[in-house]
Amino acid sequence: MTFSLVLWTFIKVAIVVSILMLHVSYVVYFERKVIGHMQARMGPMRVGWHGLLQPIADAIKLFFKEDIMPSQADKSIFYIAPIIGVLAAIGSIAVIPMWDGFAIANINIGLLFILALSSVGSYSIILAGWASNSKYSFLGGLRSAAQVISYEIAMGLSLVGIMLLSGSANLTDIVHAQSDYWFIFTQPAAFFVFVVAIIAETNRAPFDLPEAETELVAGYATEYSGIRFGLFFMAEYAGMFIMSALAVVCFLGGWDGPDIRLLAWVPGFVWFILKVYAFIFFYFWIRATLPRYRYDQLMSLGWKLFIPLALANVVFTALLKLL
Amino acid sequence: MDAGTTLTIMDIRPFVPELTLLCAGLILILLDLIVKRKEIVAAVGVAGTIAALYATYKLFGYAQPQYAFFDMFVLDGYSSFFKLIFYLNLILTICISVKFMEIEKASCGEYYSLLIFATSGMMIMASAADLIVLYLGLELMALSTYILAGLTRKRHRSNEAALKYFFLGAFSSGFLLYGISLTFGLTGTTNIRDIAHAIYALNVMDSPILYLGMIFIVVAFGFKIALAPFHMWAPDVYEGAPTSITAFMSVGPKAAGFAVLGRVLFDAFGGMQVQWTSVLIPMAVLTMALGSIIALSQTNIKRMLAYSSIAHAGYMLLGVIAGTPEGLTSTANYLMIYTFMNIGAFAIVIMLRREGFRGENIEDFKGLSKSHPLAAALMLIFMFSLTGIPPTAGFVGKFYVFMELINSGYTYLAVIAVVFSAISAFFYLRIVMYMYMKDPGEEIVITTSPSMSIALAITCVMVLILGVFPSFLLNLVRYSILG
Amino acid sequence: MTVHQLIFIYFAIAMTGISLLVVTRRNPVHSVLFMLVLFVHIAALYLFLNAEFLAAVQIIVYAGAIMVLFLFVIMLLNLRREETEEKFHRQWPVSAGAVAVLAVFFIMIVSKIVVLPALGEYSIDAIRSEGSIMTVGKVLFTKYLLPFEIASIILLVAIIGAIVLAKKSTNS
Repeated sequence: MTFSLVLWTFIKVAIVVSILMLHVSYVVYFERKVIGHMQARMGPMRVGWHGLLQPIADAIKLFFKEDIMPSQADKSIFYIAPIIGVLAAIGSIAVIPMWDGFAIANINIGLLFILALSSVGSYSIILAGWASNSKYSFLGGLRSAAQVISYEIAMGLSLVGIMLLSGSANLTDIVHAQSDYWFIFTQPAAFFVFVVAIIAETNRAPFDLPEAETELVAGYATEYSGIRFGLFFMAEYAGMFIMSALAVVCFLGGWDGPDIRLLAWVPGFVWFILKVYAFIFFYFWIRATLPRYRYDQLMSLGWKLFIPLALANVVFTALLKLL
Repeated sequence: MDAGTTLTIMDIRPFVPELTLLCAGLILILLDLIVKRKEIVAAVGVAGTIAALYATYKLFGYAQPQYAFFDMFVLDGYSSFFKLIFYLNLILTICISVKFMEIEKASCGEYYSLLIFATSGMMIMASAADLIVLYLGLELMALSTYILAGLTRKRHRSNEAALKYFFLGAFSSGFLLYGISLTFGLTGTTNIRDIAHAIYALNVMDSPILYLGMIFIVVAFGFKIALAPFHMWAPDVYEGAPTSITAFMSVGPKAAGFAVLGRVLFDAFGGMQVQWTSVLIPMAVLTMALGSIIALSQTNIKRMLAYSSIAHAGYMLLGVIAGTPEGLTSTANYLMIYTFMNIGAFAIVIMLRREGFRGENIEDFKGLSKSHPLAAALMLIFMFSLTGIPPTAGFVGKFYVFMELINSGYTYLAVIAVVFSAISAFFYLRIVMYMYMKDPGEEIVITTSPSMSIALAITCVMVLILGVFPSFLLNLVRYSILG
Repeated sequence: MTVHQLIFIYFAIAMTGISLLVVTRRNPVHSVLFMLVLFVHIAALYLFLNAEFLAAVQIIVYAGAIMVLFLFVIMLLNLRREETEEKFHRQWPVSAGAVAVLAVFFIMIVSKIVVLPALGEYSIDAIRSEGSIMTVGKVLFTKYLLPFEIASIILLVAIIGAIVLAKKSTNS
């Protein structure tokens, strides 16, 4: 392990994490604007030109708010819970290839690594719900535990088809395997399952039952305030970014741009980011369109439709590969 | 090594009996959805077992052991004989449980498929040539039996039995895995034959790690066989489980445990015979003592039979201790005889069960001979056989084990075993005394069904025939194991 | 002493310490959390052996699924009252004694340990050249095909069992 390698890794980490942080604050702005316009409103307008400084104002507010600790809470777990979530979300970015040859860690088990960290991330919500010692939080935590486990199976199974086709769990190899055509065309069923599963994994509408503000106040985050609440926010949006990036890498050809001579000079990174943001836009679109599911509907959908569908897809893909 | 480097379709051949039975189990699950009458499901289960039995019979003639799946699986006379015990156990259990499970209100098709899966697990254990396959077979058997023990889930006793069995079973699996990993760490292989070679080649015979690994493996099998001091679960589980399952698991897992114990100790640790006999002898003495003495104070017949089965495990272990292939033969012979007499005894207990009456107390047998002389006579035969009184088969089983033990020079152990055998006569014959010499307390009603009659006929006839003409079974065992 | 050895020593000591924390915490949720930390450490140890696939599976299966279910059950049971009751802590002296005896036994064994040459065909270099997933996959579907298939039957039995024991009573 030479010094220059360590230094280069540090630089890469710094670049990627700062992009992610910037993204997290501005994607909230993006969301408010998108949803505002979809509902025929303007969204944030006051701070800066068209509200452009709104995220910074929000961040400052969260930083300086009082950090309230409920009296009967389990203190250590209450403190740790949001940190686990943020760490798991940021950790996953390490294996995402942003363009050819650029990933902080180009490891052979990239796909599995992301699955592993996303499952660790679910602890954040479960523990937050339990440690708060409040009924709403607790219900949110329990719901999250069941939801995340159920949809993780569907998500993992939908990615098995990708691994079969590309013959690798290395994300860079997966992108290379899509040089002819993207996997969204060869694996439409898997893509469908994957998209639904990641919405459930990141606890976004219409599967945002762990927070469900109309019934559970704010679910697991009810007792949190100030910067710890901010950390949950960060984890959620970073998680969205990771999952969108994973969708882009696995199904939408990664950094691969349109094959037009005129656009050959555009770096792959631009295509990658564009696709990721298109996907995040899709997230917002769904949120603005669909009402929230009921909990039993969510579970029966997951177990009775998506898991069998993903399994059938695996079998079908394996048969095709055999032929 | 005669193993091929690639898999071929011929690898399936030695696995056909297991495959047949597994298919039967899967068919039963689906059949249960279509067919309402559970008798049909049970009949199909018996048919599947007979098909597997036929497959084993067809494969029996090969003198040379056949290895398959990269030396993971072996079909030889030894495993085939034990499979015979498992088939008999399965068929007899299905026969005695059709009516009984209806009374227990736990009649479901899964019951039969779980029985079949458990039996498949036992068969895989008996045929395992690799410790990994052995472990998986054991888990398949154990998991099915845990569920079966808790099948009458409305009864707290049954829940308790399932939980206790599960916890201690998980514990013993832990021991087994520790033992396997220690052995693997020292020899670099999990293949049973290769372990023996590696122990010689690497000269690690005296390694305390290997010794510890061997002890852990013996402890794990001790749990399954219910050898003292690992027998604690047996009385509670045998009492709490549905009686038909008690019959099933007092024979099946025990036989499977002996099958793997014999294979692992003789094949893998064959060079360490001095070490493992020194572990087994105290266990055997303790098992016989605890089983025979504690059974004296039982009032529940299932608990009493549980302690009796512990004591019998002690006698069977003596054949392993003898340390010769002939000793192992006598153990296998004993197991087969034990299958008939034990299931027969449980069948009588089941007949006493009816709607609203458990019939599990020894008191309930009072004056059975007055109201139901045939049932009482059958119970008399089974009790005589369990005690080891000639001319029943139980005598033959014990006789050959003791003979092999004396041939190997363990006369003192044989004397101890005879003493405990005499003690055990007290509690077996007490039931006979209750049946024939006491007046009936209340009216006894017996529940019977055609399948039950078949099971009783088979067990009773076999106990008598094998008692009078032991050579038939003995030749079969000798041919299977000694070749 | 190389860096690798130092890191290994850290993991060995940390894992022992964490395991002790797991069994000594009175609050079961804390125990589960330490268990989670322990699993992450175990996964890191697998990485040392170039068993990256095993490391990922360790986290996905144990941390991601099994421990979440643990938490789920513990939370549903709400053990806050039981954890203070003395009767659940009485076995301490006995288990401490058993541990002491076992420790002496192990030390005796370790003092007699023999270092054997590396056995088996899957050395670290062999795995590194092919990649962990590839090696595991090949071995699993050729040499260990039979155990793999038996494991699938075991899982089927587990599913059937869970349904049989938990389904609503249907008898009329």
